[in-house]
Amino acid sequence: MSIDNSSFKTNLSVLIALLILTVITVLVAQVDFGIFNAFFAMLIAGIKGALVLMYFMHLKYDEKIYSLIFGISVFFVFVLYFFSKLDIITRIIQTSVL
Amino acid sequence: MSNYLNCKKGLFSWLFTRDHKRIALLYMITVFSFFIVGGFFALLIRLELFKVGETIVNSAFYNQLMTYHGAVMIFMVIIPGIPAFLGNFVLPLQIGAKDVAFPTVNLLSWYCLVIGAFVTLTSLFLGGVDTGWTFYTPYSIETGTAVIPVVLGAFIMGFSSILTGLNFIVTIHQLRAPGMSFFKMPLFVWSLYSTAIIQVLATPVLAITLLLLVAERVLKVGVFDPAMGGDPILFQHFFWFYSHPAVYIMILPAMGVISELICAFSRKRIFGYKALVFASLGIAVVSFFVWGHHMYVSGQSEWAGIVFSVLTMLVGVPTAVKIFNWIATMFRGSLKFDTPFLYALGFLFLFLIGGVTGYMLAVLPFDVHVHDTYFVVAHFHYVMVGGSIMGIMGGFYYWFPKMFGRLYNEGMGQLGFALIFIGFNVTFFPQFILGINGMPRRYADYKAPYEALNQISTVGSWLIALGFIVAFTFLLWAMFKGRKASANPWGAKTLEWQSSSPPPHENFLETPVVTKEAYE
Ligand SMILES: [Cu+2]
Repeated sequence: MSIDNSSFKTNLSVLIALLILTVITVLVAQVDFGIFNAFFAMLIAGIKGALVLMYFMHLKYDEKIYSLIFGISVFFVFVLYFFSKLDIITRIIQTSVL
Repeated sequence: MSNYLNCKKGLFSWLFTRDHKRIALLYMITVFSFFIVGGFFALLIRLELFKVGETIVNSAFYNQLMTYHGAVMIFMVIIPGIPAFLGNFVLPLQIGAKDVAFPTVNLLSWYCLVIGAFVTLTSLFLGGVDTGWTFYTPYSIETGTAVIPVVLGAFIMGFSSILTGLNFIVTIHQLRAPGMSFFKMPLFVWSLYSTAIIQVLATPVLAITLLLLVAERVLKVGVFDPAMGGDPILFQHFFWFYSHPAVYIMILPAMGVISELICAFSRKRIFGYKALVFASLGIAVVSFFVWGHHMYVSGQSEWAGIVFSVLTMLVGVPTAVKIFNWIATMFRGSLKFDTPFLYALGFLFLFLIGGVTGYMLAVLPFDVHVHDTYFVVAHFHYVMVGGSIMGIMGGFYYWFPKMFGRLYNEGMGQLGFALIFIGFNVTFFPQFILGINGMPRRYADYKAPYEALNQISTVGSWLIALGFIVAFTFLLWAMFKGRKASANPWGAKTLEWQSSSPPPHENFLETPVVTKEAYE
């Protein structure tokens, strides 16, 4: 199997980007953003995941339907997260004495 | 003539087959065997409830009976019932394909079901499980009963469902006969497609949830334990994110079967084909937004309850579209009341009651009153048995001549239907009244004023059992001794009837070319 040069270069830069983002994850974890802690952690993880999907798993080069299918699954994960979170947050508001 | 039944012989030609029709029959044997097991548990439950007080089983064993009845009927019977059994047989035939897209994966999904069921049932020898099929935390974490094998079994069976769904989606996209555009596909195919979307999207969430439960029991990770910062209600969110859409894994394919039956036995084109297609897809999508209606009194916030209550009512819209279209299809048709059509009518009648009471339960303030009473039990049996089981039986009778090349005995088929239909209503209608009067569900005992209606209900369960004995006995007899069937005994229009009965090994001697609409 031959690896052509340009794809090797892209993969290498993606790898470097991932490593940098990992370092950022560790650095960000040192700072306390309060309620936004999870938000920043998920944001960075999301970017990393997207890079892996697009380049290492070839979604970027493949037919659009695969990206669509993937997008739909992510959307339903969001639905699960959204309504569970809706319950938890409104539960806190409801029972909060402040 | 050589057909798929006699082209190869011996046990191994069945256990290692990759022919979708043979795999469908493997599913048939599995599903109906478990149906008998789950039905036996149900009969014991009803027998215990015949009289006030402890009669045949103690309450600990009763809790196990009700758990296994639920788990077996849901994971091993209704979920694989229509997609994996009828769908496997009919789908490739209806789209003019030789087989499904991944025949080996298809066989693998049958093995997943069998292995998962086996793992689940080993718990019977480890002291059983008593959590109910929903495995709610915190009880499922604390109970000393064999939760882990049951949960792992359900996890493995989930893969069967995912693989079948995946296989069907790819098959429908890739293997349609030349000329068969998406909107020329039969409605049963569309319903399997909608079902497959749910199977692929929702089942992994169940898998994650069940693994978390195991992790919670074994490693004490604390996701669901408030003492460790977890939330027991989160389990219910995860669980119902799968299990509400799973209701549509059970009901959507039944609706597809009903569309085929009503069309064939009214001898008319289906009324509103596209509306029925979009209703199927609509139900599949909406089903993901309503799960909180199982949790109104769980401690979920009132806001979430209100949101879920409103969203749940949306389900009524596509469902009503379907029912009106079926009635419009029958209107001025020349109806032929053969057994499959009787099951279709049974479906309409029972599912309507199940659906309307479902709507009542969607209304938050009403549900608060009847939550965890027999009203809920009656409601979901009207949906699951009145919907899915009517669909399985109707479809089985309808495609029976295609599967085995033989005709069943019409009189006995109708007798079986009558017993099941009457028995079903005698069993479950009194439970609506019991529930409104406040009899709680899942208890091994009840107060004396509830006794009379409980006795009626138990007698009904015997009628259902008798009905299934009649139905299965004569179907089994017809498999081997029935009169030979022609290729198209019903005069139906879809592609599977153009192949011989039973079909040859690769379904069609020459690939069919589609030029007409599905029911023209
Ligand atoms: Cu539900």
